[in-house]
Amino acid sequence: MSTITIDGREIPFKAGQTIMDAALEADIYIPHLCHRPGLKPHGSCKLCTVDVDGRSASSCTLPATAGQQISSNTTDLNEVRKTITQMLFVEGNHFCPSCEKTGDCTLQAVAYHLNMLDGHFPQFYPRREIDASHASIIIDRDRCILCALCVRASREVDGKNVFDIAGRGSDAKLIVNAPSGKLVDTDIDRDDLATHICPVGAIMIKEHGYEVPIGRRTFDLHSVAEPGIEPVILRKGKHTDE
Amino acid sequence: MEPSHDHTNQSTTSLIATANRDHMNCDHLLHRLYAIQKQFHHIPKQSIPALADELKLPVSQIEAAIDFYSFFHRTARGRFDIMFSNCNSCGDMTMMQYLCDQLNVVPGETRSDGAVSISDASCIGMCDQGPALLINGCTITQLSNRRLGLIAAYIQDSVPLEEWPIEWFEVHDNVRKNGLLLSDPFEPGSGLLSAIKQGAETMLANIDQSGLRGRGGAGFSTGLKWKFCREAIGDAHYVICNADEGEPGTFKDRVLLSSHAHTVFEGMTICGYLIGAQKGYLYLRAEYRYLLPSLQAVLSRRHKAKLLGKDILEQKGFDFDIEIIVGAGAYICGEESALIESMEQKRGVPRVRPPFPVTCGYLGQPTVVNNVETLAAAAQIAVQGGDWFNAHGSDKSAGSKILSISGDCLTPGAYEYAFGVSIQRILDDCGAKDAQAIQVGGPSGTLISPDEFERTLGFEDLATGGSFMIFGKDRDLLKVIQNFAHFFAHESCGFCTPCRVGTTLLRNSLDKICNGKGTEYDMDEMRRMAALVKRRSHCGLGQTAPNPILDALERFPELFHERLVHSDFEPHFDLDAALEEARQLTKRDDAEAHL
Ligand SMILES: Cc1cc2nc3c(=O)[nH]c(=O)nc-3n(C[C@H](O)[C@H](O)[C@H](O)COP(=O)(O)O)c2cc1C
Ligand code: SF4
Ligand code: SF4
Ligand code: FES
Repeated sequence: MSTITIDGREIPFKAGQTIMDAALEADIYIPHLCHRPGLKPHGSCKLCTVDVDGRSASSCTLPATAGQQISSNTTDLNEVRKTITQMLFVEGNHFCPSCEKTGDCTLQAVAYHLNMLDGHFPQFYPRREIDASHASIIIDRDRCILCALCVRASREVDGKNVFDIAGRGSDAKLIVNAPSGKLVDTDIDRDDLATHICPVGAIMIKEHGYEVPIGRRTFDLHSVAEPGIEPVILRKGKHTDE
Repeated sequence: MEPSHDHTNQSTTSLIATANRDHMNCDHLLHRLYAIQKQFHHIPKQSIPALADELKLPVSQIEAAIDFYSFFHRTARGRFDIMFSNCNSCGDMTMMQYLCDQLNVVPGETRSDGAVSISDASCIGMCDQGPALLINGCTITQLSNRRLGLIAAYIQDSVPLEEWPIEWFEVHDNVRKNGLLLSDPFEPGSGLLSAIKQGAETMLANIDQSGLRGRGGAGFSTGLKWKFCREAIGDAHYVICNADEGEPGTFKDRVLLSSHAHTVFEGMTICGYLIGAQKGYLYLRAEYRYLLPSLQAVLSRRHKAKLLGKDILEQKGFDFDIEIIVGAGAYICGEESALIESMEQKRGVPRVRPPFPVTCGYLGQPTVVNNVETLAAAAQIAVQGGDWFNAHGSDKSAGSKILSISGDCLTPGAYEYAFGVSIQRILDDCGAKDAQAIQVGGPSGTLISPDEFERTLGFEDLATGGSFMIFGKDRDLLKVIQNFAHFFAHESCGFCTPCRVGTTLLRNSLDKICNGKGTEYDMDEMRRMAALVKRRSHCGLGQTAPNPILDALERFPELFHERLVHSDFEPHFDLDAALEEARQLTKRDDAEAHL
């Protein structure tokens, strides 16, 4: 069986797997935000950046090939990841203490994991729209990190096409596929994967605020680096750990 | 600017875009949006659902594209819609302000009577004959305040563009130095005949032997690229000519397309013959829309001459056709996979690689993407042979390179040199004395200082896609760098975090330093961010965006230090600037309203 080496540990991989796939299977955590197993790799957040034989690469998109020497959990790379996380924070409007997603938010969890203590850079303070048109789902674009997980989940799993990313550069934004641009005019459903997959508090279920107390939320009980955490993140708010 | 010079072979293309529908697919999203905007001066929201129905595309895909391309607008532009180039070489923002003052227009806004709107645009490729602007998509060059005064008068009197002096719309080739490609009178069909006679295998070997490497910047071996594509399995193969030419300071593809279009199209057709493609596309940047009629005419002539279409040159089964797609203002669409996305009617976001276009390109099929100049060279190689080409140039860089020379010199224009030529020789030829710096290869390339003028052009030393911008001793070089930083922040596609956020942070840091508010701390921050963006971005845009800053920090550190305030820290937050909105609301601008 072919292998790759991550931080000195040799792990096997199957043909067609990416470095991220192989790492997750071997219970090695490489920080990531725009990747979820089962969805087409996207490669946009760059949190999963590793050095492969000395060259920078996104582990979620680069196919594993035999003999790759990969560094991932190094001081330098974690510093890069922390900076990228800070960039994501200052680019949007994140008010963690008053956000319903706090404690269940993967961005926040990754920030803790990387020991990020502040936003570091000057805030961009963008003006972004809220869409509260739908009876049970709300979009708060202030927190969107443009990871396109919802876009892919809707297309690839829900068999719909509810979301897209529009525009260019720092004006890029999440849009809704309806002539009105409003969520209420789409066929999105409360139970769709797209409704639940958002790693931050940009797509949320209405009228279910603060049911799980702070202190008992996903990342109060788990580390984002824990093997098999993905399903737990998705189950958030269902008191599974109580 | 002096239009004549020893080596000049003048040819001009003039025109107000009156393109027909030949060799274009009117149903392409970008073309439909262009047509709608032409009618309504913007893309009305109500038009989108109908367009989605018509093109069988999701509404969101159309919405996403409209906001991606700079040339599409959501709110009505003026009946005269003007975009001034903001390029270091073909732009002049004081002229833009001058025209705004003349016409009582606020930059970026449409005058209340709907007559005129004025804004700026990234380099429009007229660096040898600037300052330049686009008006309703047509190019006007060689601007002066006098000409702007006349333009203002025409606009005030609502004189239709067709009645404006035709010479204003002339674009000169300004070829100053001929070389392998520019001097050769190319006989249409000669390359194809030769390719057919040699047979595909031999011809391909010949291209390989010629040592031809891509002229679009990356310098990949053309022979290898074609071979990979030929060997790739697919339902169809495609040839794409990359005429996006968006790198500021580059205009040599414009010259090739205006005076050597046959050679370029022949190169595409030969490529089609070798890789087994039946369809080729020319992706033309919107700034060159004025070239459409002449390009369409050349394609029609080639059809008549049996150099395109079915059974080309009586070869049974050799079918090849070429279509033109016009972009809509996005530098990133020059990146080959973003270009393909744009051709597929989407936002021009670079794809994840691998797979590369040679195996999985347009519509998921094997695709060759080549620069205009690469294809023209291939056509010449077909006629003259690989050895002829390889005999010129340097060890690692065969053949010649057409440069777009602009900036502070006597004779800007297109110059063709065999690779290996020194920078000093080029400066002597174009009459550039007292240059303090040269930007070789455009902002994504290398900024060099006078002690490097003995360096040479070529893949082994100074690679260039063709841009060669000269900055004389009187230029504010930091302002030049600041202009480039703004360019990249504006053109970042927004896909990946390092470039989307990083180019904005770099721009802001540089603005702060240029405004005399920067400190050593900001310098350190800028260095750190530049390194991150360069190393961790998804595509070539982000990976090169910090180059001007890094090069300037290394070669001209005093530029920055002269402007620093000598304290450890100054906040980014500018209290006075933050009051601007309040001042506008209260219509005050007196001393009391400032801090
Ligand atoms: C941001 C960016 C812009 C580019 N713009 C152009 C362009 O305008 N024209 C071009 O030929 N290549 C451009 N390229 C390079 C193309 O991706 C590609 O390498 C080239 O078209 C291949 O053709 P060649 O092998 O003939 O050079 C650009 C690359 C990047 C990253
Ligand atoms: S809404 Fe959430 S899932 Fe969708 S792109 Fe934004 S952050 Fe990602
Ligand atoms: S590097 Fe810049 S242009 Fe390239 S994908 Fe990332 S955001 Fe887009
Ligand atoms: S997880 Fe790989 S780029 Fe986002």
